[in-house]
Amino acid sequence: MPVIDMSSNPQCERQHPAPQRAEVVVVNPNGTLKNVFVWIKSGLAPAHWAPPAEPARLDQHGCVYQPHVLGIMKDQRLEILNSDPVNHNVHAESVTNPAWNESQPPRAEHKFKQFDTQEVLFPVTCSVHPWMRSYVGVSPHPFFAVTGDDGSFTLQGVPPGTYTIEAVHEKYGRKEGNVTVTPGGAATLEFTYGS
Amino acid sequence: MAAEPNFHPGLHRWSMVLAFCTLLLVVAGGTVTSRDAGLSVPDWPLSYGKIMPPMEGGILYEHGHRMIATMVGLFTIVSMVWLFRVEKRRWLRILGVIALLAVIAQGVLGGLTVLLLLPWYISSAHASLAQLFFSTTVAITLFTSSWWLRGPALTDEDPRYPVRGLSLAAPFCVLGQLALGAAARHKAIGSIYHICGAPIVTGVVLWISLRILLHYAGNRELRSAAVALTGITFCQVFLGIAAYMTRIAYADAVQPMPLMVTFTVLHVAVGALTMAASVSLAILVRRNLIAAEVSYPALAVAK
Repeated sequence: MPVIDMSSNPQCERQHPAPQRAEVVVVNPNGTLKNVFVWIKSGLAPAHWAPPAEPARLDQHGCVYQPHVLGIMKDQRLEILNSDPVNHNVHAESVTNPAWNESQPPRAEHKFKQFDTQEVLFPVTCSVHPWMRSYVGVSPHPFFAVTGDDGSFTLQGVPPGTYTIEAVHEKYGRKEGNVTVTPGGAATLEFTYGS
Repeated sequence: MAAEPNFHPGLHRWSMVLAFCTLLLVVAGGTVTSRDAGLSVPDWPLSYGKIMPPMEGGILYEHGHRMIATMVGLFTIVSMVWLFRVEKRRWLRILGVIALLAVIAQGVLGGLTVLLLLPWYISSAHASLAQLFFSTTVAITLFTSSWWLRGPALTDEDPRYPVRGLSLAAPFCVLGQLALGAAARHKAIGSIYHICGAPIVTGVVLWISLRILLHYAGNRELRSAAVALTGITFCQVFLGIAAYMTRIAYADAVQPMPLMVTFTVLHVAVGALTMAASVSLAILVRRNLIAAEVSYPALAVAK
């Protein structure tokens, strides 16, 4: 991926001894894709899942968002930090949920936000540093994951049933697959993104 | 040559400064959009709750734009007061008021677009009004010049080649094209509409300019204005192609690339110059060409 040019803000640049690469497409050493949001799109019986008490965290560190892709349950709190010595603005470019844009100076208090409607995925950007972009997926249930350094994902505690699973990547888009989970069993599903 | 009695050199120079600063403001505004810095300062009218925030990253462009806008606003107030103090032409004093109202509206649109997270209709209106305001400042500069006060260089309009009405088409076409460009930049429509508009506007400009150069070249003022408009329009077409090509070349870039920003901002700035040149040409045509008398065959009315 291309190297980010942080020269417009030397305080950002100084935080990276090695050039910082964009995370739009991160291919793991095993050929899998990192930062893909995976969730159960349909098939779940109607139910109410309480959001976790712990907030999900989105940090601005080294003038990049960490993590790059974040899953969160609807009504779960999102804690936003600025660990940088520079000003940021945090712009949630959500469409279904109300969009907002707020500044967050260095050492400012953490922000807490919530999203009350399912929305997969929307970008969170910073216009002070236009390379800064993360993606948030708001799920109505806890069965979601983001692929990591080995490209795998795990959805735990899924009740038995047949489901449509969706994988969403910021560049390569959406893929769907069906899977059946038996009582006490496990199921495997693989998504392939072609170039 | 004796000085024109109603000529106020200070006011004219001030009008030139205002027009130049407005062009600078258009460049600053174009830079904000091209660098995706429009929301880097989420609050308005203050910036990060301050008059002077740290000028880092996108804040430099957005707050810099606000600072130049404030300066242009103040300069416009001075211009209007000056016009009211010394200018005898009532219509020109009214134009000064219109300029002030336009710059106030422009400031409000700029604030609203930040607070409402860049809705395309407000951002496009902000970009289009900027072009109109720049043309207004250029027109005021024209009207306050000693050259204007010396009176028109009159020429009879040839009824076979009418251009008085036609000359009004250019500013309207250019404004429409600028509005399409603004809407495309703010993602309301695809670039294709702006691209398709380019040959139409260029054709209209060429039609008017060639008619003047072929049939009214003896009038130096009209000739110069037509040559200027044609030259600026051709530069604009080149810059538009360059801006589009760099945009395609850097489609996958993770941040605005300097070459794309440069060509796009130049395209916006020369767009403002094209608008001002078309307005100036229309003004000069309407002033210098004496309308041809059109005779109609007599109608016999039977009773």
